[in-house]
Amino acid sequence: MAWLGLCLALLGCEPRSNKVHVTYWEKWTGAEGEAMQKVVDKFNRSQDRIVVEYLSVSRLDQKALVATAGGDPPDLAGLWVFTIYSFADRNAVMPLDDFIKADGSTPEKWLSRYAPVYADMCSYRGQIWAVPTTPTMYALHWNKAMFRAAGMDPERPPKTVAELDDFAARLSKIDPKTGEILQLGFLPQEPGWMAWAYPQWFGGQLWDGQKITLDSPKNLDAYRWVESYSKKYGLDKIRGFTSGFGNFASPQNAFFGGKIAMVLQGVWMNNYIRQFAPGLEYGVSPLPVAAPGFERFGAADADVLMIPRGAKHPKEAWEFIKYLSSHNQAAQRKEELAGVELLCYLQEKNSPLREWSPFFTDHHPHPSIKLFRELAASDQAVHLPKLGIWQEYAREQMSVFENVRLLQQSPAEALRFGQERVSESFRFHAESLERRRARKQGSIREGAEP
Amino acid sequence: MRANEKRDLKSGLGFAALWIVGLSVFTLYPVLASLFYSFSDFSVLEPPVWIGTGNYERLMHDVVFWKSLKNTLIYTALSLPLGMIVSISLALLLNTGVRGMALFRTFFYLPSLVPLVASSMLWLWIFNGNHGILNVALRPIVAVFGAEPPTWLSDPNWSKPALALMSAWGVGNSMVIYLAGLQDVPQELYESAELDGAGFWRRVWHVTLPMISPVIYFNLIMGIIGSLQVFTQVFVMTGGADGAPARSTLFYALYLFSTAFYDLRMGYASAMAWLLFLLIVGLTLLATKLSKSRVHYR
Repeated sequence: MAWLGLCLALLGCEPRSNKVHVTYWEKWTGAEGEAMQKVVDKFNRSQDRIVVEYLSVSRLDQKALVATAGGDPPDLAGLWVFTIYSFADRNAVMPLDDFIKADGSTPEKWLSRYAPVYADMCSYRGQIWAVPTTPTMYALHWNKAMFRAAGMDPERPPKTVAELDDFAARLSKIDPKTGEILQLGFLPQEPGWMAWAYPQWFGGQLWDGQKITLDSPKNLDAYRWVESYSKKYGLDKIRGFTSGFGNFASPQNAFFGGKIAMVLQGVWMNNYIRQFAPGLEYGVSPLPVAAPGFERFGAADADVLMIPRGAKHPKEAWEFIKYLSSHNQAAQRKEELAGVELLCYLQEKNSPLREWSPFFTDHHPHPSIKLFRELAASDQAVHLPKLGIWQEYAREQMSVFENVRLLQQSPAEALRFGQERVSESFRFHAESLERRRARKQGSIREGAEP
Repeated sequence: MRANEKRDLKSGLGFAALWIVGLSVFTLYPVLASLFYSFSDFSVLEPPVWIGTGNYERLMHDVVFWKSLKNTLIYTALSLPLGMIVSISLALLLNTGVRGMALFRTFFYLPSLVPLVASSMLWLWIFNGNHGILNVALRPIVAVFGAEPPTWLSDPNWSKPALALMSAWGVGNSMVIYLAGLQDVPQELYESAELDGAGFWRRVWHVTLPMISPVIYFNLIMGIIGSLQVFTQVFVMTGGADGAPARSTLFYALYLFSTAFYDLRMGYASAMAWLLFLLIVGLTLLATKLSKSRVHYR
């Protein structure tokens, strides 16, 4: 016995105790993964009943899908917002409402702790399916040195889209001899990660709660604006110019390299700038106003945590989710940060919670973090539509964007086509859900499977 | 069947048993299951529901499906002849018996050993419109006509030709098969052709090509199958799901993949897979019929 104990001690592993092991699959690798590992470690140390085992998994959406279908999912899966709706539609994720109620709270109370836009994205069909881990808001990032070089006030970003276009023209440089583009002020597709939200930005809508509204008139404005850039600067010239851009996470990134003066980017940008373009002088401001009445517009996205249906330890997984939705208001040092604040501090993102501890607010590594908090608090902040077919919708919307920007189709034509495609897809999806509902009710009536 | 035949059959099956189990569990069952799924509404996450020919009917009206089929056929029409011409030419060149032949053969075969993902990354750089080696080489040539070289993968009109061009890089395998065929051509046929006064091209046309026609036929069929199923290059090079730019590289297999794994419409994707299977069978039969009078077996 003594020998056995010694061997185990030497091997550095404790004998397997009665602790419950919770498996947690997440998409992050590198620094983001290390940040989450620290949060997991802190949770594991904070109590002696549960051990969360963090695992970085590539192509997580597909693996989580197959594992869930096979009946052997992880206890926790760190996925994307759109997976909430497709998984919920397919009954592949557990609603959290019962856990919340069992703790003596209510779903409303639970959600009210989050900034409204993040709370809203996690509730669907009247239930809560996920919690945000690290959120983002999109904001205008501009290169101050390029503003100065163009003789413009480096502290004065464009306030409206009309101004954005005007500034972009003044910041663009074209070789007078060859006509080649040397530098551009702005391009809607660079990098275009916010392109899904352009219609809402221009006061339009993708989904009105009942039907697909991709072809609504305001959306047309957004795509006309996209088209205007290709027409103004010339498709071939733009193509030649952008094919010289390097990867996003490299010093050859168009914004880091001073080739594009303004981009719409998320809260992660500061982190990358420090890595790939240290010393880059840049500013962050709210998105320029694109449509009257939408002065406080913001676009939000988030990573989320869910418990897949069929998880072996849902209760213990819930304990970790609870930890990840908490923070330490009294934290005085980095080491005292806890829960979601620790994660968002280490990943240099804003916290999805309404309440931030004074330490987190004042000592955050991102110099403009308060701006992101304000953007998330706005009543006009939007996120992607809650649709089980969002991935398909997003591809179709991207196809509209591509066709318009490459001048393959007029905006109206492209939107009409997209509207038809997505509406039909939505109809088939609704039919499929209805078929299952009917089947389930049928089998209950017959007294077969519950 | 006599007793010892029976015994032989038993031991034969016994030796093949492992393979038979593997085939039926990992190939036959999934293939048959996908046939069933193609007639059902199946999201992977829930049990399938039978919907008859619903998926197939919907496919007939799916414009993006037709677009993906058209893209694939255009790609096949470009890459298949190109690949065959390049590989036959290379095989002919590598069969001439100059010094260092073994070395040259190895060199020309090497690219087909590079993993497809790695060579895709490499070709991304070759095709780069600005700094790519292809355009650096082309620029002075097309400048004579006052033109600019295409931006290849960023231009919907040039993305398919670019991918077809890239496919010629991987002809090593078929080249080796042609080489084997070439070495099988009897020397005496060349000698008598030469005596009759046939030059190099006449010998190729009247002796070599008819003699290796079964090999050409085999490579044609493999080429059809390969290019109709093309997936990896596009998936890696054009950003995954939707065949950018503007769906010009949305190939059949790519659309099938996104339907199955992004949209969770596994039944629909299964129907697509079976249609692709039928298409390949059809084209193979057609190729067999058309080439019947031209393929000579000794």
